[in-house]
Amino acid sequence: MLHYLLSRLLRAAVSIIMVVTFVFVVLRMSGDPAMVIMGADAPPEAIDAFRKSWGLDQPLWIQYFSFFEAVFSGELGRSMRDGRDAMAVVLERVPSTLALTMPAFLVNLIVGVPAGVYAALHRNSLIDRCVMVMAVTGFAVPSFILAMLLVLILSVNLGWLPSAGQDSWLNAILPIATMGFGGAALLARFTRSAMLEVLGQPYIRTASAKGLPWSAVVWRHALQNAAIPTITIIGFMLGGLVAGAVVVESVFSWPGVGRLLVISVANRDLAIVQAIVLMIAITMVAANMIVDVLYGLVDPRMHGQARPARR
Amino acid sequence: MAFVEIQNLSVAFGRSPALRGINLAVERGEAVGLVGESGCGKSVTWLAALGLLPASATVRGSVLIDGTEILGAPKARLEPVRGGRIAMIFQDPAASLNPVHRIGRQIGEALGLHRGMTGQRAKAEVIRLLDQVGIPDAKNRINAYPHELSGGQNQRVMIAMALAGEPELLVADEPTTALDVTIQAQILDLLTTLRRDTGMALVLISHDLGVVSETCSRIAVMYAGRIVEEAPSAQIFTHPSHPYTRGLMGALPPLSGARRRLVAIPGSVPEAAHMPQGCAFAPRCNAATDRCAEVDPVPLPLTQDHSAACIHARPYRQAGHPSHHHAATTRERAMQ
Repeated sequence: MLHYLLSRLLRAAVSIIMVVTFVFVVLRMSGDPAMVIMGADAPPEAIDAFRKSWGLDQPLWIQYFSFFEAVFSGELGRSMRDGRDAMAVVLERVPSTLALTMPAFLVNLIVGVPAGVYAALHRNSLIDRCVMVMAVTGFAVPSFILAMLLVLILSVNLGWLPSAGQDSWLNAILPIATMGFGGAALLARFTRSAMLEVLGQPYIRTASAKGLPWSAVVWRHALQNAAIPTITIIGFMLGGLVAGAVVVESVFSWPGVGRLLVISVANRDLAIVQAIVLMIAITMVAANMIVDVLYGLVDPRMHGQARPARR
Repeated sequence: MAFVEIQNLSVAFGRSPALRGINLAVERGEAVGLVGESGCGKSVTWLAALGLLPASATVRGSVLIDGTEILGAPKARLEPVRGGRIAMIFQDPAASLNPVHRIGRQIGEALGLHRGMTGQRAKAEVIRLLDQVGIPDAKNRINAYPHELSGGQNQRVMIAMALAGEPELLVADEPTTALDVTIQAQILDLLTTLRRDTGMALVLISHDLGVVSETCSRIAVMYAGRIVEEAPSAQIFTHPSHPYTRGLMGALPPLSGARRRLVAIPGSVPEAAHMPQGCAFAPRCNAATDRCAEVDPVPLPLTQDHSAACIHARPYRQAGHPSHHHAATTRERAMQ
C-alpha cells in the first residue's frame, strides 16, 4: 500500500510540473507580454525597460527556472487591474464557489448514485426508463440552457427565487439545482451501467447460488464492485469543485472563481488567469490522488500492482 | 424416491427454447455425468432448477427435491436449498469468486447462511474446509484475495465454499474447462474423494465424455436441449445407441489399440430459434432416414437402465439382466 501511495504521489508531482511547464509555454506563445501590455506603438526604450523589469531579456531557460521558482514560492504576479497579489484575489473567491459546488456535489451523490443503482436493479421497469430519460436530458441539455429555463420559470414567471446576485442563501438555490441536476444525471447513468455490468458477472451468480438473499447479494457483493468505475466519475466531479462552475456562475452573476476567470480573460489580466489555471490543475491532480487512494481501498487488486497477478 | 427429480423441464429465452423437456433423476450419493456440446442446455438445466436464470427466461416443468417442488417456489423455500442442499461450482473459478472479498469471508458467508456459524467457530471451519480441499497453508490463505491464487486454487476455494453448506448434491458445471490439463485431473480426483468421504451426490457437467466416464457411474448425453441418451457409463461405451453419442466417442482418441483418425461430427448445433422438424440431430446424422425428418423421437428404454431418443435405436439383451420387454413396459407406464 505504501509503495502504491508513493508511486501515485510521484505521478501527481510529475503532472503538476507538466502543467506549470504548459502554462509557461502558452503564456510565451500567446504573444510578447511587453507588446500586449505596453501597446504596439510604445517607444522601444519603454518596451526594453518593461522586458528588463519582468526578466524577459533573460535566456529562455533562465526564465523557465525563475518562473518555476516563482510558482513554487506562491508568487504568481499581481493583478493588472488593482495591483493586488493574484493568488490572494483568486483565493478570496474560492469560498463563494465552494458554497455552490459543495452542495451541488452532495446532490449529485445523494440523487445520482441511488437513482443509478435503483434503475439497474429494476432494469427496463417504468422507473428505470424515467430515470434514464431524466439522465439523458440532464446530460444533453447544456447547463446554461437549464439555468435560463429555471430562471424563466421560478424567478421571472413565479417570482419564487431571485435570479442573480449573492444577497441571501436563496440566491444559491437555482445555481445549485442547475449543477446538481446535470451532475446527478451523469452519475446516475454511470452508476447504472457499472451496476448492470457487475450484476452480469459470474460471482453474482455464485453469491445467489450459495443461498444469499438478493438484498445481501446486492449490498455485499454488487455495490463494492460497481463502486470501482463510479469512483472515477466522482473523482472528476471532485476535481471540478473549485473551477467547475464557470458557466453557472456567469449566468447567475455569482462572484466565484469561475466568473473571475471569465472577467480576467476578457480583461487580459494574465496573472489572474495563470493563477486560476494553476489552481485548477492542482485541484484536478489532488482529486486524482484521492481517486487513486479510494481505488486502493475498494479494489484489493490495486495493492499488488508491482507484483503481477499469478494465474 | 430419487433425491432430485427433474420432470419435463423446459426453458425458453424469449422465443428460442434452450431446454425442450428434460427428465432426469439423481439418487442420493450418485455421480451423474451430463455431456454435450456447449449450448445444449447442460448448465441451463441446473441454473433453472435452482432459480438462478434471469427473469427473462421462461421455465416450465417440475423439479422435486425429496418430493418437494422447488421450481417457482418462494425465496424462503429456495434459498436454503441453494448451497444448503444443492451447491454449484462453475467453469471460470477466478471470475466466479468476488474479486474484492477475501476468500475466507466468501466461504464463511456460506457457513453463516447454512450452519449458523460465525466468528472464531466459522474461521476454524473455513480453515478445515480449505485443508480438506487441499489448499496448503490454509491458516494464512483465508486472508488471500482471489487474484492472489491460481485458477486451480480458486476452483478448490469454490469447492470449499460449496462444501460449507454440507450439500446433498454438488453440481460441478465444467469445473476443469478453464484449468490446465495437469490441474484438471487433480480437481476431478478431489471431487471423487470428497464424494466418497461426504456421501454427497455429484452431477458433473462436461463437454468431455472421457472426463465424465472416469468420474461418474451414469451418463446423460444432451443435444439441443434434450437428453438423447442415458445409461450407466459402461453401457454408454459398450452399446452407444444414439448416433450423437457415437459421434462424441468417435471424436475421443482411443487409449489403447491402433491409432485411428478422429472423426468429427459434421455441421453444427441447430439454432434454438430454428429447430428442425423431426429429430434435431438428423441434419448432422449419417444414419438419418426420411422418417427422421418427420418424427421427433422420444427417449425409449433399450434395457432396464439404458434409454435413447432415436428411432433407429434397438433394445439389446444384457447379460444377467431380466428381459428388456419388462423394462420397456414399466418405463412406458411411468411416462404416461
